[in-house]
Amino acid sequence: MKKYISFFRLRLVMGLQYRAAALGGVVTQFFWGFMEIIALRAFYESDPAAYPMTLDETSSYIWLQQAFLVLLSARTFDGEILNAIQSGNIAYEFCRPIHIYDMWFAKSTATRLSGAWLRCIPVLMVVFLLPKPYGMSAPADLLHFVLFVVTLILGLLVVVAFSMLVYVSGFYTLSTDGAKILTGAVVDLFTGHLIPLPFFPEGVRQVLEVLPFAAMQNVPLRVYSGNLAGAELYRAIILQIFWLAVLTAGGKMLCRHAEKKVIVHGG
Amino acid sequence: MENGRSAFHGRSAFHGRSEFQEKTVIGPIQLYTHYISVIVRSKMQYKKSFFLYSLGMFLTSFCVFLSIYFMFQRFSQVKGFTYQEVLLCHAIVLMGFTLAEIYARGFDCFSGMVRSGEFDRILLRPRSALLQVLGSRFELGRVSRLLQAAVIFTYGICSSNIHWTLRKVFTVVCMLMGCCALFSGLFLIYAALSFFTLEGLEFMNIFTYGLNEHGKYPMGIYGNVILWITTFIVPFAPVQYYPLLYLLDRRQELYLSFLPLTSFLFLVPCYMLWRFGMKHYQSSGS
Repeated sequence: MKKYISFFRLRLVMGLQYRAAALGGVVTQFFWGFMEIIALRAFYESDPAAYPMTLDETSSYIWLQQAFLVLLSARTFDGEILNAIQSGNIAYEFCRPIHIYDMWFAKSTATRLSGAWLRCIPVLMVVFLLPKPYGMSAPADLLHFVLFVVTLILGLLVVVAFSMLVYVSGFYTLSTDGAKILTGAVVDLFTGHLIPLPFFPEGVRQVLEVLPFAAMQNVPLRVYSGNLAGAELYRAIILQIFWLAVLTAGGKMLCRHAEKKVIVHGG
Repeated sequence: MENGRSAFHGRSAFHGRSEFQEKTVIGPIQLYTHYISVIVRSKMQYKKSFFLYSLGMFLTSFCVFLSIYFMFQRFSQVKGFTYQEVLLCHAIVLMGFTLAEIYARGFDCFSGMVRSGEFDRILLRPRSALLQVLGSRFELGRVSRLLQAAVIFTYGICSSNIHWTLRKVFTVVCMLMGCCALFSGLFLIYAALSFFTLEGLEFMNIFTYGLNEHGKYPMGIYGNVILWITTFIVPFAPVQYYPLLYLLDRRQELYLSFLPLTSFLFLVPCYMLWRFGMKHYQSSGS
């Protein structure tokens, strides 16, 4: 365990160095969030009765989404791990007395955390100051805030476990490009990144809610404002834990299986 | 950009020989098509990868389409624009953007070229740097997205009850060309800025990918501030919102049909920035 924690810390410190890149990201995310909120507001003004959330809930959802983009986005991958198999660097990893899966898991969690840490603070500081319908509101209550933190961590772990499947697929296909492109294409819709899940039509929404994609950003961003509450909330948390277990177990199994027959061609 | 003059500009060492060269060297257009054919042939060596990439591109924009579809399952209109009208707008922007992305992707990857020193090699060749940078990339895989935009476009045209006249067809063609020119100009600015920063500037994505993404809805729904910014600072509304108003019979002024062509004027400052950057180019040394 200790060695994985040091991998984690190493990556965390490394990631925290890229401050200028984070600043560029903050500007982009700020603009992006603003446009999303105005567009959704335009829909609200066109037909308030059909709008499935309150405006405050949407604003909080979008701002948290932008603030924690790096943390929860299922389409960003760690380039170094993606290329490890093709570049042959995987051979070095095999020489170490560690499990590749666990090391990659620790590394990508740390990369996401450090990136998000740099970006979320400036974004959150500004959006709390914005006027009412556009800005971010305080959490619904203390319980929801605590649950927000818990589901945020669970969501992060589910995203990492999911991206691990893409990394591990490299053992079988050599190039991770295909898996990356195909998953990247659909996750934005399924996770509620393009439009929050409550906006989906009935039927589609119910299906999406049980998929692992809904266990990523959908849960924490809606818990914060109290949009997700009661029995539905607890069901969502159980699903998060379930998917985390399934994805991790599946990824580990695939990784073990691949490790047994991996051939390093040199390079 | 691809005229005969630009093929030899700036390389004073070759000016004395240019008369001789003009007889033996192929013209810029042939050179460009040659670049493209090399890229396409090399891509076709990896057919499976090309297919996956095309499929991914298709799915990405199909998901954006689905998000619009789902929104309009719930709402009948947004600020007076119906589903079919929004789709028409989305399709035109997506088409113009994708066209620009297909041939001007070289600008998008240009910062890498500067960093790796590849641009030094380009400067050594007696050809326009712009032409070579353009010819360095050609994203054939994005054609799948273009096809999808065409399908949505056809659906938008057929279902939006527009009474088509010759002038309206002309307006649509202008919108497409204007959109493509505007995005090419933005990509060119992005490339020109990397002369100074070496690193691609992430905030420029706001204007390229951001305008494509948020331009799926007519700019008018975003309110007056955004409309003002996209009219006078980044001239996006002149290629999207105002001519759309004419297409949908909301406004009748004649100049609305020609308005998208103003984005060709926007290319002038973009090109000047590129020239300025090239003059001040210092090799990254790698």
